[in-house]
Amino acid sequence: MSQAAPTPTRVPMSAEVVERQQESSDVFTLRIRLTDPQLRQQYTFQPGQFNMVYLHGVGEVAISIVSDREDHTLLNHTIRAVGRATRGLEQLQPGQQIGLRGPYGRGWPMELAKGKELVIVTGGLGCAPVVAAITAVEQQRSEYGRLAIVEGVRHHQDLIYPDRFQHWRQMERTEVVLCCSEEKAAPWPWHTDRVTSHLQEMDIDLKNAVALLCGPEGMMVAAAETLLQQGVSADRIWLSLERNMQCGDGFCGHCQLGRYFICRDGPVFNWGEIGDLLKVKGL
Amino acid sequence: MGATSGVQFLPFKELELLFQQFIQAGYSIHAPQVVDGAILYSETESIDMLPRGVVDHQQPGHYRLTETGGSRYFSWSSALQGVKAALFPPSEVLWSAEQQAGGELDFTQVLAPQQAVALFGVRACDLAAIKLMDRHFLRSGAEDPWYQQRRANLLLITVSCSSASGSCFCASTATGPESESGFDLRLDELDTGFLIRSGSEQGEILQAQLGLKEAKPEQLAKADEQLHTVATQQQRAIATNDFRCHFTGQEESPVWQQIADRCLGCGNCTAVCPTCFCHREEEVPSLDLQGSLHQRVWDSCFSGEHSQLHGVPVRTGRRERYRQWMMHKLAGWHDQFGESGCVGCGRCITWCPTGVDLLEESARFVRDQLRDQS
Repeated sequence: MSQAAPTPTRVPMSAEVVERQQESSDVFTLRIRLTDPQLRQQYTFQPGQFNMVYLHGVGEVAISIVSDREDHTLLNHTIRAVGRATRGLEQLQPGQQIGLRGPYGRGWPMELAKGKELVIVTGGLGCAPVVAAITAVEQQRSEYGRLAIVEGVRHHQDLIYPDRFQHWRQMERTEVVLCCSEEKAAPWPWHTDRVTSHLQEMDIDLKNAVALLCGPEGMMVAAAETLLQQGVSADRIWLSLERNMQCGDGFCGHCQLGRYFICRDGPVFNWGEIGDLLKVKGL
Repeated sequence: MGATSGVQFLPFKELELLFQQFIQAGYSIHAPQVVDGAILYSETESIDMLPRGVVDHQQPGHYRLTETGGSRYFSWSSALQGVKAALFPPSEVLWSAEQQAGGELDFTQVLAPQQAVALFGVRACDLAAIKLMDRHFLRSGAEDPWYQQRRANLLLITVSCSSASGSCFCASTATGPESESGFDLRLDELDTGFLIRSGSEQGEILQAQLGLKEAKPEQLAKADEQLHTVATQQQRAIATNDFRCHFTGQEESPVWQQIADRCLGCGNCTAVCPTCFCHREEEVPSLDLQGSLHQRVWDSCFSGEHSQLHGVPVRTGRRERYRQWMMHKLAGWHDQFGESGCVGCGRCITWCPTGVDLLEESARFVRDQLRDQS
């Protein structure tokens, strides 16, 4: 959970693109470094928080922070090129500068999850915001129980981070399940169905588990309902939500869902807080 | 607050003196004026611009001014716009980005030049709205620096209401017609002048410099009676101040579609609402693309772009958008800020082109629930 971190400035800090990696046909990762050494040292974030990433002259987008295992001064942002800003960010080359402000929001409940089993269910690009949480588990492996990671994509070629998934499969007390829902046949070890089909058969004691969900909203709702049926309590099922975010700090009003400002009160919520709201279409 | 100078009487002929004092103290004055057939707050240096002898007629989808030739400056109820623009301008630059020759990006916060503003003639509903906007923009520990600077430079001179338009309902939201707190100076208008009292140290200094006489008991009694009359004059009332229990489980009520059938989705209600704070953030790049200004601009939850995610709106139509607006204003605000977001000004009713009446529509949920229970 977010600790007493300094309030992030509302004006971006400059940052340099160190590396740009293509993850799939329209998904890429920018590895960036704050240019000011002092700000770089001061910057900390909690798994599940996000930054506002600024492309010069075009605007900002809210992107979750992917930690970098090798170098903590590098911030990774995995982005799908869908709009004007993200398509522009896709064109950046190492050495070019962007703006960054953050971190914003409430992240994953890493403290609450200590001593418990962990089920992480993600869909598509939803695996990006949980990377930092999995890294935190890896760094304090003895603090957490068994870990199950279930990732669903449409086609197995859509999977990003194959090296990370390979690494996670080799972590102790960790199980990785990969599903591709739109294929009739797929190479081993892929399953050709949805993530929700596998939540009962994990080698995990669900009654003592904390679940972290991230992906398309329909997938998260289906996964949450399956987990509820399996006896996971509503306050232990956590979801990372996405809405239009422009200020990042609860002022601009775009990301509201019921009583919540998703950017500030979330983006991570438990099912008890948000489940009813997610079931209403177009709220 | 604490009005320690007591209540004094400011004859109409001394009003100009008050304006002169604002100017001498370094304030620019923003006051109500008739612009294009409507009352708006804008900068002035003279009391001659005030809408003296003007009465406003407001009804759902209807606003007209008439000149009565009366002596009063405030025989109207509410201006077209409240005073939110003085703190939260329709468009405001937040920061700038400049690209250097080597490709480095420099970011600079842009704060408007410090200018003390005396906001003259603020109605009670709009004063209540400022208190609500303070809760949003001055959230403890995360104050919005742009709002905060304007707020610190604002002198508020309120005038209690002595007439109610057909859209007013502040008596039912307990936000008027009397301005009870949150002002620097308060005026109550009588036929030949104003009762004046201070609500802050700054207000007290200004009041003391006027060298006025104490108000007479009959003047105080007249002002009290006037406030009472205005409150009882109001033809509208909100069904309840907290709709949370009435909206619970009503997300799919047919009422939303019935409202949407009349709503044009124009966003007038959000533009004139004194507590609507939504804004989009956008870039204004320079022609040579070296510099870019990052600004915020008033936005409306009635636009498709407001809830847009990956190019598609989450709230797909007017049904979803009106539901968001009303549920947020009358229920969500309680959860977020501890109070209703409605101050009873009635502007959303007046300026709705099809006359959708917030009070009538929201009351249906109270009635529907009562009927369901019986």
